[in-house]
Amino acid sequence: MTDHTHNTLTCDQLLGMLTDYLDGQSRDEICHEIEAHISECNNCRVVVDTTRRTISLVHACNDKPLSIPEDVRERLFQRLNLDDHGASKSNPS
Amino acid sequence: MNVQLQPSFSIEALRSGDRDEFTRLVDAYSGPIYGLGLRMLRREQDAEDVLQNTFVKVLQNIQGFEERSSLSTWIYRIAANEALMMLRKMRPEVNLDDQGADGDEDFMPVQFVDWGALPEETLESGEAKAYLERAIEALPESLRVVFILRDMEGLSIKETSEALNLTETNVKTRLLRARLNLREKLSVYFGEQYFKGVEK
Repeated sequence: MTDHTHNTLTCDQLLGMLTDYLDGQSRDEICHEIEAHISECNNCRVVVDTTRRTISLVHACNDKPLSIPEDVRERLFQRLNLDDHGASKSNPS
Repeated sequence: MNVQLQPSFSIEALRSGDRDEFTRLVDAYSGPIYGLGLRMLRREQDAEDVLQNTFVKVLQNIQGFEERSSLSTWIYRIAANEALMMLRKMRPEVNLDDQGADGDEDFMPVQFVDWGALPEETLESGEAKAYLERAIEALPESLRVVFILRDMEGLSIKETSEALNLTETNVKTRLLRARLNLREKLSVYFGEQYFKGVEK
């Protein structure tokens, strides 16, 4: 990424603000600066869009809670001396 | 587990040794903790060790839990420490305190393919998901643990920093590097499909 200035923000500065921006934690004026920058800088727009998409793909891959194999659960309950509770498995959300 | 959806537990009941409440806690968190172990250590036996050691420590230390963080963050902290301790034993050469590379230039984006608008069936295909899972496994350990807790388990930046005893700035830096690393790899992977679509 070539570091050049669009409005008042450089590409490097935008990258430094990306985590907060994508997590919805940036202040309004920062959001406006970033949006003004990416309206003029195609490379930064692509980086912002595809990083956001990367995160949403991770969420899509991870949408079902992982359940542990039954034998792993049995050994865990034995180790914790919860054997008598182990039979009635609840399904966490 | 997305921590936003976590069930609530009675700390008082856990402290008083209520086995039903502890069983409920174990069933709620065993999936995420086992998943954390698998993603950090890559071997089922090691993930099982992380799982068992975590809940043994939860059981041993619940009396001293001071509620300075949430119960969930406290459990993740124990689990992350277990996983990192095992990694240090297995691979002493790995530096878990670095931020994944020597310089910022290693994380500067170089791929600018605009693959975000590819069809859902391409982006969320089984092959693409498997590629992404391998890319996550290939992240440097110091970035991977942050990425798993924040982007996969849904802890906030503050909770992740508490769980890993890192500053929030450090968590944000590592998270950015992890996300950009994955974005670069997905850009190469999806780039082929993107250019095929453009040529048609």
